Amino acid sequence: MSLSKSEAGDIIRNGLWKNNQALVALLGLCPLLAVTNTAINGLGLGIATLAVITASNISVSIIRHWVRPEIRLPVFVLIIASFVTAIDLIMYAWFIHLHHILGIFIPLIVTNCTIIGRAEAYAARNSVGKAALDGLSMGLGFTLVLFVLGGLREMVGQGTFLQGAELLFGPSAAGLSLSLGDNFHGLLFAILPPGAFFFLGLLIALKNVIDKRQKSTRAVLVNEPARVSS
Amino acid sequence: MIKHPVTLAALVLALFGLAGSALVAVVHHVTEDKIAANERAILLQQLDAIIPADALDNNFLADTLTISEPDFLGAEETTVYLGFKNKQPVAMFFSPVNAPGYAGPIKLLIAVYYDGTLGGVRVLSHRETPGLGDKIDLSRTQWIHSFDRRSLANLPLQKWKVKKHGGVFDQFSGATITPAAVVDVTKKTLLYYKRSGQGLFARFQQQSAMDDAEESADESE
Repeated sequence: MSLSKSEAGDIIRNGLWKNNQALVALLGLCPLLAVTNTAINGLGLGIATLAVITASNISVSIIRHWVRPEIRLPVFVLIIASFVTAIDLIMYAWFIHLHHILGIFIPLIVTNCTIIGRAEAYAARNSVGKAALDGLSMGLGFTLVLFVLGGLREMVGQGTFLQGAELLFGPSAAGLSLSLGDNFHGLLFAILPPGAFFFLGLLIALKNVIDKRQKSTRAVLVNEPARVSS
Repeated sequence: MIKHPVTLAALVLALFGLAGSALVAVVHHVTEDKIAANERAILLQQLDAIIPADALDNNFLADTLTISEPDFLGAEETTVYLGFKNKQPVAMFFSPVNAPGYAGPIKLLIAVYYDGTLGGVRVLSHRETPGLGDKIDLSRTQWIHSFDRRSLANLPLQKWKVKKHGGVFDQFSGATITPAAVVDVTKKTLLYYKRSGQGLFARFQQQSAMDDAEESADESE
């Protein structure tokens, strides 16, 4: 039942990097591409998704022993839909401006395959603690990609960073917004949908390069002592 | 006990449906007031920004009429907020007025003073192309202020167009449809106001006078 340190580490590494739902599994592309025109929009939808996936993972794990396999998918969908509706209402009540911007993409979290995917592949087979950690890590990994992608597109596309921070963090955060100068008019391409695909492609490529480099240094480390002994 | 697995499955499913609905009902109950207050505050803020609060002294969020003039206002239903000061009509807000945008309707809030002068126009929501058509939004450019204080009297009808089409309003490079649609529907709103606006004020005042009379009649009974 209890969670060993190495297990927890594995779960976190999987969520944030190795099996990142946005960069590796390429799930949830619709919201990923649609709302990442600014860093704050990405972060807002990311946090909403994080909350839903964690809540749904926990609930699915709790009920995993007494839901018959034939009806587990409809039950998962019910659970996820209920949480998404709740989050939608909560955001409407407390983050109304952000809710206006994200609009239809909050209810559409229901259709994010990451969430049902984790419910089916992980939460339905593991203890509550593990499922909760898995939900948190997967959600955080997804949020990070949304944030970075949004930030990149915002900087290239309209020459600002963290514009609209006050929508998420209250009026005192308005000072967080940066501008690259009034003369920078931005590359429209980055804001339009094709730009989203392009920048996502860049991020995936970057991740692959880092992975490859890590692998080759590890291979060198493994080979080194072998050569010495021979 | 229950023998059919299908019945059992249906029961479990129904149970989860119930639990899910209960969760949503609770959250709805908790957030309901907050959401209503939010919507009210936002509307008030928008109206305030166009016509200063001290110009009106009635509760204009409550003093409304609902009209259906799709030929003029583009929307199937438009709410009209009536602003008075010392019982004298001052201004009227139309919300929403729909302009046919490049990507679906652009919802506008339009304020008209009693004499037919525009108080101002604001974009409530739109789906125009970011970087091109979205310049109608006040958060992007000041373009929408080019309507302030315009009227059919101080700008002849044939000049209510973007410059490219021989009018006085700026278009945006790369986007003409969006500003042209906003200009056109604003002109139509003024035409509608010219035809029926002051009549709406009169109708409303009559109605509320009658309500008042009824109320005092009730009290005297």
